[in-house]
Amino acid sequence: MAGPIYAADGPGAIRAVPLDGLVALFHRPSGMTHIVAPPAPQILEALQEGPADARTLLARIAAVYEIGEGSAEAIEARLAELEEAGLVRRA
Amino acid sequence: MSRLLARILADPSACRGLEAAQWTALVTAARAESLLGSLAFRLEGEPGLPAKVVQILEAARWDSEQARTQALWEAEMARRALAGTGAPVILLKGTAIVAAGLDAGRGRSIGDLDILVPHERLDDVQRSLLEAGWEWVKEDSYDDLYYRRWMHELPPLIHRTRDRMIDVHHTILPPTARPRPDAAALIAASVALESGLRTLSPEDMVVHSAAHLFADGDLAGGLRNLWDIDRMLREFAARDPGFWPRLAERARLHQLRPTVARALRLARALYATPVDPALAGRPRLSDRFFEARLLARNGWGQPTRRALRFAFYLRSHWMRMPPLMLARHLWTKATR
Amino acid sequence: MRHALNVAIGPVSFRVGSAWRSPVAALAGLYRDYPAPADEVCDFTVRLEPEKPWRRWLRPSVAIHGDYMLPDAAPLSLAHGLLAAEMGMNLQMALGQKRFLLLHAATVERGGRAVILTGESGAGKSTLAALLGERGWRLMGDEFALLDCESGMLHPFPRAISLKNGSIEVMRKVAGEGRLGPVLEGTPKGTIRHLKPRPEAIARMTEPARPALILFPRFGADRAMRPVGAAEVFVRLTQASTNYVALASRGFDSLSGLVATCPAMAIDYPDADTAISLVEALFRELPQ
Repeated sequence: MAGPIYAADGPGAIRAVPLDGLVALFHRPSGMTHIVAPPAPQILEALQEGPADARTLLARIAAVYEIGEGSAEAIEARLAELEEAGLVRRA
Repeated sequence: MSRLLARILADPSACRGLEAAQWTALVTAARAESLLGSLAFRLEGEPGLPAKVVQILEAARWDSEQARTQALWEAEMARRALAGTGAPVILLKGTAIVAAGLDAGRGRSIGDLDILVPHERLDDVQRSLLEAGWEWVKEDSYDDLYYRRWMHELPPLIHRTRDRMIDVHHTILPPTARPRPDAAALIAASVALESGLRTLSPEDMVVHSAAHLFADGDLAGGLRNLWDIDRMLREFAARDPGFWPRLAERARLHQLRPTVARALRLARALYATPVDPALAGRPRLSDRFFEARLLARNGWGQPTRRALRFAFYLRSHWMRMPPLMLARHLWTKATR
Repeated sequence: MRHALNVAIGPVSFRVGSAWRSPVAALAGLYRDYPAPADEVCDFTVRLEPEKPWRRWLRPSVAIHGDYMLPDAAPLSLAHGLLAAEMGMNLQMALGQKRFLLLHAATVERGGRAVILTGESGAGKSTLAALLGERGWRLMGDEFALLDCESGMLHPFPRAISLKNGSIEVMRKVAGEGRLGPVLEGTPKGTIRHLKPRPEAIARMTEPARPALILFPRFGADRAMRPVGAAEVFVRLTQASTNYVALASRGFDSLSGLVATCPAMAIDYPDADTAISLVEALFRELPQ
């Protein structure tokens, strides 16, 4: 069953700095800073290809990274958090 | 010191020759009037400023950029939360000014997010905001009843993670106040922004600003409010000569012609704003009291003219409510 | 305002006004040796005023006002007027400083390189920094570290250090009575006296330094140290900054730059001498 479709802001919107396993993000449109753990940075990267639902994102990420058990659930959970933080929105 | 501040805002070259102590006082007065950002943009590039002043103003410009970003973001998050309701969401006040890219927005300090929605959509709007993470600020039920019956807005809401407040209005003055602006007309004439959010039409923006300044408060922050009006009048009149007659018409429609006229006269007095003399009308004796109240701030940032301020404080309550209701309200508050 | 004084601390200057003479006189005494901003424009204004007009004389009550204010701050008694002045200046920095990124930390410097000591209030950073200042380090500040967002350098803010209770005697023995301010008893935090930084620290208060080491000191445990990961350092420093959010991308860039280039260690110690030896050892081990 297809879930909601999400979109992220374009490439210039985020400045990312890796910090020992996590990523510090500065989100220009909001002026807010977030510290995120995988798969959140991968989700944001995958959304640069265009709006997508959780299943499509899983496929995009799997094409580049090793993914393990429970990844689909993790992606849905992270998407909800990213939406609350304003880093992604419903397309 | 406020008079000097107003003069320099209107004419930046008036700051030439200021001594160090005067600069300190000017910065303090500007901060007290929430005008430091505006001053910083007006003085950008002005030659001969002391090095410390350049630093202070540069930091003020950076600060107002971030304030602008945060205000527009809050508006965007409200837009996302309310998209499902289909209700028109009209930005008001500072957020509207910066969202519309107006000159008045340069360096503008911005408080909470203020929006206007149709009265009949209030329940939907309230529900969507609560679902999207906003919460009530006050739990008190008397205040709640008071708000819903007499005020022009929902009780204040604050977002639980971002900690920013939103004021949802259904008209621009309390329904108990004497002038009765036409909320439906405000909404009908509103202008769409690229994002889908809306602002009032230029004329209605000026009317609202004047109403907010004179008909809904004790003039605290009035110097900044009047600066908005100066900037908007100049910008809107330059765009379109039809602005003045339309402004007169909208002011009349919203029963705020005397208020708008007074705003024009005071803007002209303090900021040398070019105004339509027919709409501005003849100066009134009371203009001098308003002017004095607007300028009641010294170089230490202290409010001055205590008696005058108190008179305006009383006036603000009297304007919001008929006297009997006011007495009952103050009694209930006092005996709680 | 009846009484007024301009005070410069590092790159920041304050205009302090007061309805009463004594707070300004006490402040002038404490900052007597500081270069005066004489003719300069001041960054911030502090006002010490009676909360109500009659409180100027009747049980004098000093409300802390100024460019930036806390709406529900409780006023102080006139006996604690010097504290009110200090709190007023701190408040202007905490709420109004937008040029430098503020870290809630003590900083000491040697050879142009700075050590940042950061952690919770009351963990003893001020006293540790003061002691280091007496052992060959230049004290740059005990409360606020000022990070220049453009250059990445730390700027000094060597205000008079607020010592509480037991620390007062410790420092009095080391620094001498002459460098201590008046005794302020009965404050919410007990007895307070201010310590003036050493003359050299004051004289060099406009000299920045390159950050070289970040330490998270913890008093009260056995001698220990562990490296702190960059993400943890970043988060703890933002939590310890009052103006990180206001500085937006400048804050993000300068803080992430600091965290990426500066090693960070958590250190535990049972007493001051152990703390000092830990700081010395870690500083010595830094690559040149």
